Amino acid sequence: MASRSEIVVRFAGEGGQGVVTAAEMLARAATGVGYHALTFATFPSQILGGPTWTQARIARSPVLSPGDAIDILVAFNDEAYHEHRSEVHDGGIILLDPSITPLPEEDRRCVTVPFDELAKQTGESRAANMVVMGGLSRLINMPLNYLKEFVSLRFAGREKVIEANHMALDLGLAHLAEEDPISDLGEPEKPDYEQVFIKGNDALSVGALHAGIDFYFGYPISPATPVLVYMERNLVGEGKFAYQASSEIEAITGIVGAGFAGKKSMTATSGPGFTLMGEGIGLAWMAEIPCVIVDVQRGGPATGLPTKTEQSDLLAALSPAHGDSSIPVIAVGTVEECFYGAVHAFNWAERYQGPVVILSEHSLAERAQNIPRPDLAAARVEDRDLYKGQNGYLRYESREISPFPAPGGAGAYIANGSEHDIYGDTTHLAKYHIHMTERRFGKLKLLEDGTYESDNASSSVAIVPWGGSKGSALEAFHKLRDAGVDVAWYYTIFLNPLPPAMLEELRSKDLVLVPELNYQGQFAGILRSLGVKAEAITQYTGLPFRPTELSERIRTRLAESRQPQAVNA
Amino acid sequence: MTGTAKNPEYDFLWCPGCGDFGVRRALEFAMRDWNIEREIPMYNNVVVAGIGCSGNLVHLYEGDQPYGFHGIHGRSLPLALGVKMAREDLNVVVVAGDGDFLSIGMEHIAPQAARNLNICAVIMDNGVYGLTKGQSSPTTVEDTVTSSTPYGKLESSLNPLDLYLTLGVTYIASGYSTKPRDLAAMIKRGMEHDGFSIVHVNSPCTTYNDTYALLKGNKAKGIDPLAWEIPDDHDSGSKSAARGIIEQGGVPLGVIYEDESRPSLEQRLAGVRERVTARTPEELLNTFAV
Repeated sequence: MASRSEIVVRFAGEGGQGVVTAAEMLARAATGVGYHALTFATFPSQILGGPTWTQARIARSPVLSPGDAIDILVAFNDEAYHEHRSEVHDGGIILLDPSITPLPEEDRRCVTVPFDELAKQTGESRAANMVVMGGLSRLINMPLNYLKEFVSLRFAGREKVIEANHMALDLGLAHLAEEDPISDLGEPEKPDYEQVFIKGNDALSVGALHAGIDFYFGYPISPATPVLVYMERNLVGEGKFAYQASSEIEAITGIVGAGFAGKKSMTATSGPGFTLMGEGIGLAWMAEIPCVIVDVQRGGPATGLPTKTEQSDLLAALSPAHGDSSIPVIAVGTVEECFYGAVHAFNWAERYQGPVVILSEHSLAERAQNIPRPDLAAARVEDRDLYKGQNGYLRYESREISPFPAPGGAGAYIANGSEHDIYGDTTHLAKYHIHMTERRFGKLKLLEDGTYESDNASSSVAIVPWGGSKGSALEAFHKLRDAGVDVAWYYTIFLNPLPPAMLEELRSKDLVLVPELNYQGQFAGILRSLGVKAEAITQYTGLPFRPTELSERIRTRLAESRQPQAVNA
Repeated sequence: MTGTAKNPEYDFLWCPGCGDFGVRRALEFAMRDWNIEREIPMYNNVVVAGIGCSGNLVHLYEGDQPYGFHGIHGRSLPLALGVKMAREDLNVVVVAGDGDFLSIGMEHIAPQAARNLNICAVIMDNGVYGLTKGQSSPTTVEDTVTSSTPYGKLESSLNPLDLYLTLGVTYIASGYSTKPRDLAAMIKRGMEHDGFSIVHVNSPCTTYNDTYALLKGNKAKGIDPLAWEIPDDHDSGSKSAARGIIEQGGVPLGVIYEDESRPSLEQRLAGVRERVTARTPEELLNTFAV
């Protein structure tokens, strides 16, 4: 039995069969023992039923992406078996209910467990996924007591449920007691630092709370709804407000109103809602009101693919409104960055007094992962420069940023979505449009403090992913480096404005490859407009990149670029 | 505006005779009295304006200046919600016209009524889109010829008072711009009302829809006035009595309805705050600890 450093388990079936929670449970239990784990979920846009699958990747060292081929497929029904069997690698296992008949040509190892029948014996018919877990604990050689502990925690106070689920785990394990495990991950090494097991949307919400959010207003939309739910529950107390809006238009204008009133405000949405918010974001830019807008991207346009992942809102995020504006954008790429990105976004909004967009995406929002516990003391929080003088203040007189007057204090002015003069009153005069336009764009200079990562920076070619493609791209980069390929790595969450030093370095490269999940190559196009010889490596399947496949595509492209012909940008 | 004085450079003008002059005066009276009674400075007031002729009221305010927000078309109510729920201590007043409030902004009335958001909206209804030069609005009378209804308006005309009552607005008053003192009293009572109040004002457009003669009537020409005073014995606490006033037609003047029993959103929220204790970010992180 070979020792492997990681294992990928996929659960596929119908919504309502426990498929959604299965991967999370396995990952949570694994991290409790000391492994590293990450989940990936995709489900249909309906409450019950419909083809659903989730995946957990478990490893001895930190994992960055959902991974490549499947080691173990748990197929809850016939459709799931046929849909996913081809993704199981040759040495993998397919775990099936006996009611599913494997294809005659199936050459992978098939193991049957009567999920439902065993579940019924426990008196809890919904415990089928626990039977599966019991069996899996044998196949991946993970002690059952870790899963039992997890069950006890999850159903704390409901003794009968715990008892039934523990029994289901035992039955599953007993059923496969004679089977050889697929691999041995080896003894886990518990990290010597504190950890949290958290999803991207929750990490982002906690980040916003740490940043001092006062006001949240949002409309339900997949995959951003968990932020609304978290805020409604946790943003409470004197001076705090979290509420469900009647539309995204109401949400954006509400948070602009709160920002005007001196508070830190945020909304979260996805593509369709983000489009509706365009005019309101333009208002925040125009009137210079701090606020944070989260776009948890999904497939688009229009209603698009509500429960699939995509990185196709970058152009919209940079320019959600009509007219002359350039909205600051922070695109997070890991669960950890969801936390820190939220803090940065509030700091930016407060510092330059305007709207900041956070781009997240479905795969990240729903990803549950163990990460080092965020160090709150080290995550610095900024507050806007409030005006504290007497009446007579001209809010917009300066050509640069100026202190922010808040209602209830002296310095009354008019925040205006129309072009305005130094008083805030509407004007059509060229001198004021010039003054205010330059003032608004000039403030972006204050945001050029973004940090970035780089590796093997001396190479003349570079891989520069953005957002949620970071994990797959970084794994692909490591594979290429291990294979002796000379290529550099650059990455930042600060997409607008880009860290100037990073941009300068990218301009010196012969070729910059941008893996991104959209058809157009949106970020590559932006980099080209900034003088970088950038080219996109695209995918638009609604799913994240697979690291191995991506590394092959990069390797092929790099080989082409080393041929004598000109690079076609 | 600088907090104490008007902007000397500001050059927007309402047409001579515009009803909005009277509404501005009424709001100035109401807000001045509100501040004096409470001994609070003007900067504790926020005027959120819609887009259109009426929205410019926020720039034309005389004397000591409140904070203002002149936002985007149709969104004065959610902007006001943001201000009010962020700072419950502020007095928040919306000024908007019939096009802004009842056409593009219509979707925002029902949610604020359901929430009983504690703000006062002063609506200047001239039955036309004035700033864009005379198109039909929701309150334009059916069959009227305007630049956008060259063969007559094919839609029925909206009765805003009926709409407000149906949606559950808890304070509804109806006024006329030529009576700023009466209007000021209605606006101040609306500001005092703990909940969503709307003072709907007939504020004629002398350029595109001059209804002064219709509102006042003209005995010599045999025109009965559209506007009529609500009798003193009207029970504004009764929804059916309020409906009766509205169904009499014309433009009733006075307070039509006031429901003081329904708590406002901020009062409901205070109840939640008593029951729920917030956790710190560290405590929240603990719930995810491995």
